Amino acid sequence: MKVTEGDVRYVADLANLELTEEESARMLRDLNSILGYVDSLSRLNTDSVEPMAQVSDRFGRDRGKQGSERFAYATREDILYGLRKSLPHEEALANAPDPDENFFQVPKVIER
Amino acid sequence: MELTSLTIDAARSAIQEHKTTSMALVESFYERIQKEDGEIGAFLTLTRERALEQADRIDRMAAEGNPLPPLGGVPVAVKDVMCTRGVRSTAGSKILGNFVPPYDCTAVARLEAAGAVVLGKLNCDEFAMGSSNENSAFRPVRNPRDTTRVPGGSSGGSAAAIAADMAVAALGSDTGGSIRQPAAFCGVVGVLPTYGRVSRYGLIAFASSLDHIGPLTKTVKDAALVLRTIAGRDPMDATSAEVPVPDYVAELERPVRGLKVGVAQEYFGDGLEPEIRKSVEDGIEALAQLGCEVVPVSLPHSEYAIPTYYIVATAEASSNLARFDGVRYGYRARGVRTLSQMYRRSRDEGFGAEAKRRIMLGTYALSAGYYDAYYLKAQKVRTLLTRDFDEAFKKVDAIVTPTTPTAAFKLGEKVDDPLAMYLADIYTVTADLAGIPGISIPCVRTSENLPIGMQILGMHFDEATILRLAHAYEKAGARS
Repeated sequence: MKVTEGDVRYVADLANLELTEEESARMLRDLNSILGYVDSLSRLNTDSVEPMAQVSDRFGRDRGKQGSERFAYATREDILYGLRKSLPHEEALANAPDPDENFFQVPKVIER
Repeated sequence: MELTSLTIDAARSAIQEHKTTSMALVESFYERIQKEDGEIGAFLTLTRERALEQADRIDRMAAEGNPLPPLGGVPVAVKDVMCTRGVRSTAGSKILGNFVPPYDCTAVARLEAAGAVVLGKLNCDEFAMGSSNENSAFRPVRNPRDTTRVPGGSSGGSAAAIAADMAVAALGSDTGGSIRQPAAFCGVVGVLPTYGRVSRYGLIAFASSLDHIGPLTKTVKDAALVLRTIAGRDPMDATSAEVPVPDYVAELERPVRGLKVGVAQEYFGDGLEPEIRKSVEDGIEALAQLGCEVVPVSLPHSEYAIPTYYIVATAEASSNLARFDGVRYGYRARGVRTLSQMYRRSRDEGFGAEAKRRIMLGTYALSAGYYDAYYLKAQKVRTLLTRDFDEAFKKVDAIVTPTTPTAAFKLGEKVDDPLAMYLADIYTVTADLAGIPGISIPCVRTSENLPIGMQILGMHFDEATILRLAHAYEKAGARS
């Protein structure tokens, strides 16, 4: 599969990136080079292979249990202040690029 | 007594026995950093106040004759992908250039609770994406063994700090080789723990099904000490495993005689430099001399590891890095008029070239029409790669491979060719994909005196065996 200039624009849009013309040209070259290499995966027949999204499944858990039951140890009651208190307001705002006293400020959302 | 070359036990004992103080130790490390790090570039931020406060606490314990905790007074440093309360944590990125976290990463908190003194935050590739440390938004790191060469990446600052005696131990993170590869390039010990062994709470995420935190140290025993300190279930990280942590240090001295060590031909094929092959083969011979039985094993899908990794890792990265939007924290572009323009410009100006490349690749692999061909396919091949290890570990206790196909390369050598850079991880990514533990230890150097790493891979949650083998090899002195 070959990535086109249109693909680069489309994917940049999905990823909320605004690439310069120079960056787009470089991206086109790099993506095609990397994906050309990745295409070797298509040589393998994986029709009967289960996909693996994570390795936690192999934690020596009780194999008889399935799904959320198997990972019950990782959950807790949904209570206020379960593991730690919420951040104080001023701490939560401390890293904001443009806070006022109470909120994160952003440019106008609704465009007319 | 050269204070900056001490191991953990030696440093702690020296403080305990009043031969020195933690304060004196910390000061000599800061002097050394002052002298050396201008050229090396391992540190991004020094945490002097925090370090002196902790050193003072430990010195008072020692003065009162109280026994020091296992890392009491020992100067360490931490890769800048780990959050530290009140201390700038950048992940090597401009987008987090001014980010000051309101909490501590669990691994860092556990080190400090065990008495360690954090000297500062270490340079790395942006968001831990890279194999040379040239992707840091701040400055590249140079390899202390040869400053014309890269230290490896992404934990290049961590490996360089240990190699240059600028910390006793360091924490790094490993998603595709980012602890073991720089450890190999800089001639230090680096450990990738089993997935789930060490909490990632407070680790700035790159690829969540692959990210690990682990130690870089001068000796295997020091690595065992640090791992024992940071390992174990943490309620703040749901992926941290509820599996008991053995005493890795006590386990080190058990004999290795009779252990079965696997050698997979797939790790000794094309692209492996002859000098590396020779050095690692000598390492395997040294293990045989120690009484290990060398057994051939096969890992037939190894050639698919890099393509699998670069799809899985970038897909997860594109999702994790979506949070950087310039709203609640991090860099925000100036002079923007609309919200969507603000997102785009902030991300475009905030991320470096490699982060953008990976976001694009991952977004592409997850996008409608390509999901099955790339992402789902890679997840299936990940299963095959993991099964390869399952089969091999039915026959052996550990598998020995080279850590990298070449020794440290020159700065600038691979920056224009991302694919060539990705291939630097060819022997390390499989362990991350399968979630098994691995260690890189220095073996016989190249004729140019560049370090070479030998990698030992183990079964899930069996770090004890690979540490034991590495310790026996180190103790036998076979590398000189």
